[in-house]
Amino acid sequence: MLLLLICMLTKTSVFSQSDKYVKAMEDKLAQVEKTGTADGWKDLANSFERIADVEKAQWLPYYYAAFSRVMGGYMLGNGQAGGFADKTDPEADKADELINKALSLSGENSEIWCVRKMIATLRMSADPMSRWQTFGPVAAEALQKAKQMDPANPRVYLLEGQDKFYTPEQFGGSKSEAKALFEEALKKFESFKPASSIHPAWGASQARFFLAQIQ
Amino acid sequence: MSKWILVLAMALVTGLLKAQVTISGRVLDQKNKPVSGVSVGLRDSYDGATSDSLGNYRFTTSERGKKILEASSIGFRSFELELDIQGLSIQQDIILREEISELKAVVISAGTFEASDRKKATVLNPIDIVTTASGNGDVTGALKSLPGAQQVGESEGLFVRGGTAQETRTYIDGTLVNNFFYSSVPNIAQRGRFSPFIFKGTIFSTGGYSALYGQALSSALILESIDIPEQTSANIGVTMLSLSAGYQHLAKNKQSSFGLNYGYSDLTLAFAIIKQRQEYQQVPVYHNADANFRIRTSKTGILKYYGTFSTNELSFFQPSIDTPGYKSGFGISNLNTYHNLSWRENLGKKWKMNAGISYTYNKDKIRSGLYTMDKQPVVVDGLAFRNFYQERQGNYANAKLVLERRLAGLTMIRVGGEYNYSDDRSDYTTWNGIVFPFQAKEHIKAAFAETDIYLTNDLAAKIGGRYEHSSLLNRQSIAPRLSLAYKTGKNGQASVAYGVFYQNPDIRYLTGSADFNFAKATHYIAQYQRVTSLQTFRAEVFYKKYDDLIKTKFNGALEAASGTDGYGDAKGFEFFWRDKQTIKNLDYWISYSYLDTKRDFLNFPSVTQPNFATRHTASLVLKKFVTKLKMNINGAYNFATGRPYYYIMFNPQSGKNEFVDKGRTIDYHNLSFSLNYLPSIGKKDAKMFAVYVLSVSNVFNFYQEYGYEYSYNGYRKQAIVPPSRVFVFLGAFLSFGVDRTDDAINNNL
Repeated sequence: MLLLLICMLTKTSVFSQSDKYVKAMEDKLAQVEKTGTADGWKDLANSFERIADVEKAQWLPYYYAAFSRVMGGYMLGNGQAGGFADKTDPEADKADELINKALSLSGENSEIWCVRKMIATLRMSADPMSRWQTFGPVAAEALQKAKQMDPANPRVYLLEGQDKFYTPEQFGGSKSEAKALFEEALKKFESFKPASSIHPAWGASQARFFLAQIQ
Repeated sequence: MSKWILVLAMALVTGLLKAQVTISGRVLDQKNKPVSGVSVGLRDSYDGATSDSLGNYRFTTSERGKKILEASSIGFRSFELELDIQGLSIQQDIILREEISELKAVVISAGTFEASDRKKATVLNPIDIVTTASGNGDVTGALKSLPGAQQVGESEGLFVRGGTAQETRTYIDGTLVNNFFYSSVPNIAQRGRFSPFIFKGTIFSTGGYSALYGQALSSALILESIDIPEQTSANIGVTMLSLSAGYQHLAKNKQSSFGLNYGYSDLTLAFAIIKQRQEYQQVPVYHNADANFRIRTSKTGILKYYGTFSTNELSFFQPSIDTPGYKSGFGISNLNTYHNLSWRENLGKKWKMNAGISYTYNKDKIRSGLYTMDKQPVVVDGLAFRNFYQERQGNYANAKLVLERRLAGLTMIRVGGEYNYSDDRSDYTTWNGIVFPFQAKEHIKAAFAETDIYLTNDLAAKIGGRYEHSSLLNRQSIAPRLSLAYKTGKNGQASVAYGVFYQNPDIRYLTGSADFNFAKATHYIAQYQRVTSLQTFRAEVFYKKYDDLIKTKFNGALEAASGTDGYGDAKGFEFFWRDKQTIKNLDYWISYSYLDTKRDFLNFPSVTQPNFATRHTASLVLKKFVTKLKMNINGAYNFATGRPYYYIMFNPQSGKNEFVDKGRTIDYHNLSFSLNYLPSIGKKDAKMFAVYVLSVSNVFNFYQEYGYEYSYNGYRKQAIVPPSRVFVFLGAFLSFGVDRTDDAINNNL
């Protein structure tokens, strides 16, 4: 009986190890939707990275750490037209390092290319005048790769829509094309089923936010 | 029994759910300032927190025993400390040490302007070189609007801080370039031979440069050519001066590329529209072919070749200043070929190699003399020396190897050697057919070593030395170089530089067998600069001392060196302010230079302010991109106070050279304007990228004079003025490329 109990307890603790991981990830992921400041994203990025450093076989914590770094980077440059490369380039470098770690664990997938696209866009936005020629194509290529690997990934359309939304019309931007893409993203979100509770599922609220801006 | 089990189970469960312990503290840097955004946590555990704006962190953990507390943040070395966690809260402050990183470290910048996109503290972007209105699309044009350079319009080259154009040397991918400009034509500045579009980085040093560069007394212009292009493309250029076409091929695996370009320039059309002072017999015609290849030799290595082959000719007449009723004629034809091969590679983890070799062959045929009004060559009594024919040939080779070893952080050492070969020949034929042949071969061997030492992010030093041996002079020199930079605040830094620089005397004058020395310049520079991403301010003071400058005498037919006992100095201060922030969408810079210089060299009778230097020089450069119009609008205003002019004649009575006349030109004003229209910008699916350029120099038709020229006897003088007051340039550059986004799309469909 005692043996059984100990067995059970040990078994629970084995389970709890992975439960603990999922639980910790779910806790942090709950914050993803609520975070809106550079400091908040940095805190999240740090948390995901700490998890990643423990769960060395999991790609998701590294993926989210990279994602949070980029999001924080966008916040740092918010509202300015370039001129913040000194602040955002180190964040982009760090995000690159993290996404490469994720890649080495998961192999190439659509989500990783989405983050790569976001990193390239962050780099470009820091100094658009002199960087669009270099990082514009890098971002576009990454997005194409993401689409090629999973045409059903709603985030591909969200990111494409953001490009159209933020690019001045003279440079090929278009609010109406952006709108169509956000709508497409939302449609894809409806049928999108993440592989688990902690697999990437973010973006629907962003798409709705941008749509509200257009209408 | 069941009670026991319950107790045991309870004990086990409580054991698993141990009480939480709080770990908290502050994160500070070495200067005791709080650091925010730092990830603090326990190794092998999720537990941790991020420090807030006051540097405070706090987290709870159920871990017990000896654990490692870790802290990490971008720009700092990671911190670890063993904690013994018992049941009690732990208060632990953390001191982070700054990582010495390129992004944060002080930049050794005294005397240097850099245009590149690699580093943070650059004053210019590569694109600035071609979008500065007064630059006329020439590599050195834009640099003339920076402090330190003079507004010399009658001849090519960069006249830096009281130095001649010969005192500025140009290096492409590490190796010395000869004949960087098209061969000189009297009183008409020639353009550079190289298109600004083949360079991705430009470093313009107005003094105090590294021991890697030698044979330049005043200034080094260090150009780095582009690496593998991003796409395969073809391009066509149509301008009122030229036609050009090129093809650049990128291998499928993107590991190599090659390209070919050909350009033909003919100024007939331009000169028909814009009247020239000179009466051209042969309007300038240029043929220029170039080829390149670039091969990635490893993840970090690249082998690059760039070569050109060009010819050009021109000839013109103008009224003779020596004698009315005659024309003075000048004609030149030139053949030039240049080849540069460079190889950059990481050798293992610590060593880096930069190797380069370049070769130049240049041939000029120059005919000058007096002509009758109906353009028949004529020998006029007493002016026969005006008629001559000269054939000049030069063979130049330069090889350089630099090995760099990274020590801790950014600290590194560089060692290397350089070999420079030149063979100059000239046959000077006087009016009566007497040929004065001249040949000088020179081998300069150099060895150099330098170290960049970063003591902290705030303090850095560059210490170097250069040894040179000249076979022609049979002399050797050792030139010490030293720079220090100290960061005074987040964006501000102060730097100083000292260096000794040697250069061979101008080889053209070395006809005799006298004992000559290297010309020597000693630079002292102090600088303060404040740089943010959008604004740059810098102020520099300098003192430069010249020794052993060449002195010349007229030996009947030609001017020849009599010794190297000339000397001089230059001192001054300079300001530069660039601002992209204050006025939305407007980027402007202002530069000002004050220069006080005097020298005794060449045929000068005494120490005097040379005719290529003025006291005050200032520039205002404006750039605005109008998104709606897809247009870059650029303006530039250049100002310089008048320069001295003089006529020096040999007085047979005193047996000395004398100034027979002296004066000062009027102040120089130039307002230039250019428009770049880029209709295809932002069109992702565009197969063609077009740039249309319109530029106008001296928009307000100011009268400009660069100096005065004299009749042989000094009785008559006339102002040297630009060939035309206003110059207009119109061109279209089309590039047809499959850009990478299309590649990506096509491969996926």
